Amino acid sequence: MRLQLVRRPQHSSLMAAVSPLIAFALTLIIGAIIFIAIGKPPGAALYAYFVAPLTEMWSLHELAIKASPLIIIAVGLSVAYLSNNWNIGAEGQFIMGGIFGSLIPIVFPGFQNVLTLPLMILFGILGGMAWGAIPAFLKTRFNTNEILTSLMLVYVAQLFLDWLARGWLRDPQGYAFPGSIRFPPAATLPEIAPSQGGAHYGLVFALFVAVALWFVMTRTLKGFEVRVMGASPRAGRFAGFSSKRMTYFAFLLSGGLAGLAGISEVSGAIGQLRETISPGYGFTAIIVAFLGRLNPLGAVVAGFVLALTYLGGEAAQISLGISDKLARVFQGLLLFLVLACDTLIYYRVRFSAGRKAGEAA
Amino acid sequence: MKSIIFGFATALALTTAGSAFAADKYKACFVYVGSKTDGGWTQAHEAGRMQVDAELGDKVETKFVENTPEGPDAERAIERLAREGCGIIFTTSFGFMDPTLAVAAKFPDVKFEHATGFKTAANLTTYNSRFYEGRYIIGQIAGKQSKKGVAGYIASFPIPEVVMGINAFLLGARSVNPDFKLKVVWVNTWFDAGKEADAAKALIDQGVDIITQHTDSTGPMQVAEERGIQAFGQAFDQIKAGPKAQLSAITDTWGPYYVKRIKAAMDGTWKGGESSWDGLKDGILTMAPYTNMPDDVKAMAMDTEAKIKSGELHPFTGPVKKQDGTEWLAAGAKSDDGTLLGMNFYVEGVDDKLPQ
Amino acid sequence: MEMAQNIILTIMTAATPLLIAAIGELVVERSGVLNLGVEGMMVIGAVCGFAAAAVTGSPWIGVLAAIVAGALFSLPFGFLTLSLATNQVATGLSLTLLGVGLSGLIGEAFVGSAGLRLQSIAIPGLVDIPLVGRLLFGQDPIFYMSIALTAGVVWFLFRTRAGLTLRAIGDSHGSAHALGISVIKARYLAVMFGGACAGLAGGHLSLVYTPQWVENMTAGRGWIALALVVFASWRPWRVMAGAYLFGAVTIGQLHTQALGFGIPSQLLSSLPYLATVVVLVLISRNRRLTMMNTPASLGRPFVPDR
Repeated sequence: MRLQLVRRPQHSSLMAAVSPLIAFALTLIIGAIIFIAIGKPPGAALYAYFVAPLTEMWSLHELAIKASPLIIIAVGLSVAYLSNNWNIGAEGQFIMGGIFGSLIPIVFPGFQNVLTLPLMILFGILGGMAWGAIPAFLKTRFNTNEILTSLMLVYVAQLFLDWLARGWLRDPQGYAFPGSIRFPPAATLPEIAPSQGGAHYGLVFALFVAVALWFVMTRTLKGFEVRVMGASPRAGRFAGFSSKRMTYFAFLLSGGLAGLAGISEVSGAIGQLRETISPGYGFTAIIVAFLGRLNPLGAVVAGFVLALTYLGGEAAQISLGISDKLARVFQGLLLFLVLACDTLIYYRVRFSAGRKAGEAA
Repeated sequence: MKSIIFGFATALALTTAGSAFAADKYKACFVYVGSKTDGGWTQAHEAGRMQVDAELGDKVETKFVENTPEGPDAERAIERLAREGCGIIFTTSFGFMDPTLAVAAKFPDVKFEHATGFKTAANLTTYNSRFYEGRYIIGQIAGKQSKKGVAGYIASFPIPEVVMGINAFLLGARSVNPDFKLKVVWVNTWFDAGKEADAAKALIDQGVDIITQHTDSTGPMQVAEERGIQAFGQAFDQIKAGPKAQLSAITDTWGPYYVKRIKAAMDGTWKGGESSWDGLKDGILTMAPYTNMPDDVKAMAMDTEAKIKSGELHPFTGPVKKQDGTEWLAAGAKSDDGTLLGMNFYVEGVDDKLPQ
Repeated sequence: MEMAQNIILTIMTAATPLLIAAIGELVVERSGVLNLGVEGMMVIGAVCGFAAAAVTGSPWIGVLAAIVAGALFSLPFGFLTLSLATNQVATGLSLTLLGVGLSGLIGEAFVGSAGLRLQSIAIPGLVDIPLVGRLLFGQDPIFYMSIALTAGVVWFLFRTRAGLTLRAIGDSHGSAHALGISVIKARYLAVMFGGACAGLAGGHLSLVYTPQWVENMTAGRGWIALALVVFASWRPWRVMAGAYLFGAVTIGQLHTQALGFGIPSQLLSSLPYLATVVVLVLISRNRRLTMMNTPASLGRPFVPDR
């Protein structure tokens, strides 16, 4: 038996709606099989993973804290990927955003007023943009592959942060341990509803950014330009678009948003500049972007789903003693299945018996 | 297909019931920064937790979360444990300090213990181990065993804990060989077997004939075994990785401390706001058997160990000069704990510039 | 002299897994497929190699298991990207995610168990050649394999009909298909070859480099291998040069530290990455040369018209 793809004349909007559900259902089924295989009650395990974190208010706030940076980064990456610019280094841009934004409360601790926070956020965005501009420059000027340069710059940013947090920006009262001073309230991104939980305004940024870019991508000429340049740079050039300008646009946008996520995380969730400020948000956001099908609004849903697997993995560890590695397997599985099911949107799958004509044609 | 899905749904519904904590046992919980099987720091804490299970298993139930990133994730994990009804929570990494403090403020009835930090609260104590006592002993052994008089030190990150270890090791070595030299390589990781092994090879190629490490994998020990030189284990007895190479190992034994504290928490004698810094005499660290060395060196090591336990010997006793030649401790003076816990300078003889 | 030899040996050992994984990925990319799952396949190879060696007591069976496991683990990627025409970047990334998680699960039973080392084989006679004998003929078997693989891939790609076909597919899958070449089948084979190489590279880590299993022991080496392929502008011998250069910078920074110059270790640690960027820029500056070697269909999904 052979599998054959037949392109649909039009993409199936039914499948577009149903495929993520199929993927999710398949993930649950395979997950249940895995749990049975390792001798854990599948019902309780799946409940712990996907339902328990949603049943309490504080946990929903934690979900928002975890999802916000993922969404903010993924929205930017979605646009970059649609334009065919492969920014894999959002993690580094996130870190640089965190560093640049933190300079204000650390270097000028006396500067505390209503301008502190907006300036920090501005610096954070600029930091991310600056780091994102490097691969864009190298790509447009020297034709250097941006996947690799942006990735290599992640490691450099991580080491740079480590050096700063242990040296120049270290808290002088911190017994020589790494980490900056704790930010004063004027430099802390406030919580949305402090009585209920810890979610900060990063969530508002995430939702705002997603809606704004959704609008740009679907309702403006810029969105059209991004799609055309991504689908066919040649056609784009005939239309008068510049591929170099598009590369800069993609990297500055995705880098700037990663920087925004970085400073929001440092200022809202952590409260100081530490030697590590990201458990891999920049990489996980790549998955979020694809899980959301490179659609800014899809990234919001995907960000929450992925954040849920983190929280659920933790809950399952505590209540059932299930290894945390399984959470990672789940994430990989979910993405695999979403990608596979999305094929159904554009193609019909046919099974044909025996050696078939298609390849001899 | 539908019936299969339905079958699963039924199975799920049936198995959802019954989970979580067994009732009426005291809950002691642990947050780990690494994997519970990392063969180093976290595994040592896991061994401590298992000792709690073994000794208090009929009255206490233990829970843990592993691979917890420092920062907001740690705060969430600690809070979840507090909400799940844990009576006492041990957070076992320096980076969990502020998250532990934040959750402790929210849950005044839960007891918290944070390893290696310096911030306490009414329901939060800190605990640590005087690893430097062990490092002084292995330094002495190195001073005797090294023919070239140079040891290589694979260091993780320049925090006081590690700097203190380097200094204690060198003071130990110089107590038997005043010209002893120490080369240091910072690998910027706690755990990367390949990189640690590379660092060990680089140090050996530069002429050291003893390796010691303040990182967690057995990579350097394997290299030492292969190259036929000697080394010291870290956190765990690494004799399996280096049957001919390991001289001894500083082994973290948190178990007795955990048992003691959980008992105190249960019978109401537990107090917050304290800082506990136990050493060899309390059994929070132990020396792996002294192997692969002549009897006189072994006798010296055991003698030093006994003297440290009895309090007769303090590894940081003057005269000690700082690396730049200025005096730190006058003859006979002992360092106070505060200086040690914030140590950010080398003593004389370290062949490295301390990263600032 | 012996010190220099030792240092070079260390560099070669550090470079071998990078070289093997990169050579495999080179073949995959020459066929027009970009598999970002190298890290995942590598770590699966490492754990399976270690586990098989520990269970059977034979490191050679471990090597075999690493190769087979890598090849098998590349199949889900192949199925999605080739049979279902999914996005290769996303699929590769999820393969890495899956590999890291799965290897942790498989390896839980083997953490801390003593490793078996694949012993070096000295080639009689040749090993005694002054200066280079020990470096070239006194090494572990996987080192020899890495050299043979590189030479074999050069021969295959540029001297055989099948190699020519593979390159044609990578340059224009449309025309190759029109000529009656089975694009999908060839790409499946290339992807599996890449998986086998990544698996072997992982096996090198857990059976030669540091004979033990620890979670996540590849520590980003799969990504470096990916960088090396572009770095080498898809030429096998340059992959080899790149791998040794990267190994030299990595080991060199440790030596610089041990000499006690007091340069911040973070700066030294970042040198290999900065060096990679610089060399990438230098190589890609020559636009004509890069364009000539870059597989034109790289990363583009292919669906036969009917």
